[in-house]
Amino acid sequence: MRKKEMIALLLAGGQGSRLGVLTEQKAKPAVSFGGKYKIIDFPMSNCINSGIDTVGVLTQYEPLSLNRHIGIGIPWDLDRRSGGVTILAPHLRAETGAFYSGTANAIFQNMQYLESNNPENVLILSGDHIYKMDYAKMLAFHKRNNADVTIAVLEVPMEEACRFGIMNTDVNDKIYEFVEKPEQPVSNLASMGIYIFNYSLLKEALNDDNKIHPDSDFGKHIIPMLLEREKRLFAYRFKYYWKDVGTIESYWQANMELIKTLPDFNLYEDFWRIYTSDDHQPPTYMGESSDIRTSIVSEGCEIYGSVVHSILGTEVFVDEGAVIKDSIIMDKCHIGKGAVIDRAIIDSEAVIGENVTIGFGENIANELKPHIYDSGISVVGHLSVIPDNVTVGKNCVVYGDTKHSDYRLTENGLELPSGGSVIIESEGGI
Amino acid sequence: MRALGIILAGGNNEKLGVLTQRRAVSALPVGSCYRAVDFTLSNMTNSGINKVAVITQYHSRSLHDHLSSSTWWNFGRKQGGLFIFTPYVSNEGSLWFRGTADSMYKNLIYLKRSNEPYVVIASGNAVYKMDFNKLIDNHIETEADITVVYKDIIDEDFRNYGAISFDETGRLFNLEEKPFEKVSDQISLGIYVIKRTLLIKILESIIPEERYDFVKDVLIGHRKMLKIMGYKFDGYWRAIDSVDNYLKLNMEFLQKDVRTLLIKDQPYIETKPKDEPPVKYNYAAAAKNCLVGSGSIINGNVQNSVLFRRVYTGENSLIKNSVIMEGCYIGNNCIIQNVILDKEVVISEGKSVIGTPEEPAVVAKGEVV
Repeated sequence: MRKKEMIALLLAGGQGSRLGVLTEQKAKPAVSFGGKYKIIDFPMSNCINSGIDTVGVLTQYEPLSLNRHIGIGIPWDLDRRSGGVTILAPHLRAETGAFYSGTANAIFQNMQYLESNNPENVLILSGDHIYKMDYAKMLAFHKRNNADVTIAVLEVPMEEACRFGIMNTDVNDKIYEFVEKPEQPVSNLASMGIYIFNYSLLKEALNDDNKIHPDSDFGKHIIPMLLEREKRLFAYRFKYYWKDVGTIESYWQANMELIKTLPDFNLYEDFWRIYTSDDHQPPTYMGESSDIRTSIVSEGCEIYGSVVHSILGTEVFVDEGAVIKDSIIMDKCHIGKGAVIDRAIIDSEAVIGENVTIGFGENIANELKPHIYDSGISVVGHLSVIPDNVTVGKNCVVYGDTKHSDYRLTENGLELPSGGSVIIESEGGI
Repeated sequence: MRALGIILAGGNNEKLGVLTQRRAVSALPVGSCYRAVDFTLSNMTNSGINKVAVITQYHSRSLHDHLSSSTWWNFGRKQGGLFIFTPYVSNEGSLWFRGTADSMYKNLIYLKRSNEPYVVIASGNAVYKMDFNKLIDNHIETEADITVVYKDIIDEDFRNYGAISFDETGRLFNLEEKPFEKVSDQISLGIYVIKRTLLIKILESIIPEERYDFVKDVLIGHRKMLKIMGYKFDGYWRAIDSVDNYLKLNMEFLQKDVRTLLIKDQPYIETKPKDEPPVKYNYAAAAKNCLVGSGSIINGNVQNSVLFRRVYTGENSLIKNSVIMEGCYIGNNCIIQNVILDKEVVISEGKSVIGTPEEPAVVAKGEVV
């Protein structure tokens, strides 16, 4: 096989547990973002837009939805004779074989994939982040510095530096120290989890470290080891939009920022397109009774109700009299007549019955998982059903095919008060 | 595979004016994200016809652009494929197609090298959804030599179509192209099924006699010799044949039944994907009874209109009963009413373009108002 200058490995096995029911049945990279996209579309599109045509996607946690989305890579033009996209799942080997125990361990377990491609450089990415970046520029920087490793960094406010892995660098941005979550930060260059490794060095480092650390990790083990060995590590400063949507609130917030008239993250540029699964992209229809403002609406929606300051995925149906406000409604949801949804996230293919209200009442944190649901946002899971005339409060979780009997009868009718959860185990398990 | 397909996409139509100044009718954008040829192409692929030739002649650039990859319609496979035939120059001189039959004769090798028993021939100018399998089944059942698809005239202008009639046994009695008076209650849809070997035989016999037209020389000329039968189509069908009819058919996409049939129901009509971002509605937006293509940014008021992809509308602008094609920019404080804006038109701030439903105003591609 022709030797490739750089191939990419995309770590897409993370759960993203603080996203609650949104990652109940899918890995975080498969969560929707900005209406029609999935989080993984951003690094995948960056790869093809940067001229990288060989991408290995490492999956582990709930890979079905991710595998289905990526397929053979058609949306990203990654269906190639040579290279293209390859899903790399943990697997058994003659003697051993285990789940991926750390970021570097995951790469180590796929040495065979790397060897068969035998590239000059390896780009290691996370499938969790939303940004547009030209990796070709980063590679040029890597080569210009004759670097062994180049790490993309973001300049964060100094007072927040203590939450990140921080690179301390000299005047040429050569890294002399890496500190994970420093109490007294001396620099504000935070690692974005994007690395370019010289392949021969990566091989050597992975082999060495995996003998010592069974949970070999780039931040914790590999980078400190290479610094100790006085390798040439450089920080590549990235100055544009980059988001890690780790929590329900930050996920909601990052989506809402796209609605601004001039958002920081612009999806409307012609020459850095974000690609996503594109089997059917019909227009959206706005009915006679529709009222829509400050919102983003994806293909194939049919809207007869009112949508304000919200994000709609593909093929969402909003019936007459329904009001959607400050909410994220994902692909193929059905919002019934007269339903009122305020500050909620409705995952794909959910059915919200007629005259359902979501988001009323006091802001009480969720009783079962207060650390996840505490921002006033209620979440309805994938394929869930809320029957007609039910009222759901704030910080609630509804998951599964719920019936009237799952809700409490009060003087206001059937109700799930703020902080409550209705979780129905389906046959497939949750 | 039972049949191969031929799509006749070479034509121009004077009545469409500037809309087809630089493109074939088949390449005309319709219904917010499609081009006319998508309907016949998708009908073929959805009916299991996976070897299709598109024959072009008139201003074929935009059609070629649209058909740049055959994968969008699921062709591009090891079996079958999408073939595009244009006139070319040879030792015998320039080979312009002298008629529809001639355009097939010039590409006879496509027919000869295939082994599918039947050929479905259709025009690329119509908007409809048809299962060609049913048509072929009917052709086989009636033991016809040629089957012609027809429909009852509902509100079509009979002067634009071929008036067709059948005798009591169902055989073709008469077919008259674009008559001045109404001679029949039925019109031909320009969709035919014929056995491949028979088509080759007929073409080889008529072309040396300088007979080049499929309707005149193959159908009418052989109506006594061959068993030419009809197949009635009752579904939605519209050909693009004039400016006001073009506006009307786009407006019909707003009707629930038409929209559901053409956009929502499977099998889908496929088109070249553009990977545009979602539509963005800013704070001053209002959109009622309209289709909006992806990548658009709406600041104004849009009513009863079909907007294609990547349309920008400014604040305090009104767009009503109009078709706005891909990439148009409409500034602030504009009024656009009963108008067809071809692609990439710029309407400067404060300008208005107003037509009537009978005579919509048309702004040519790329113009700045």
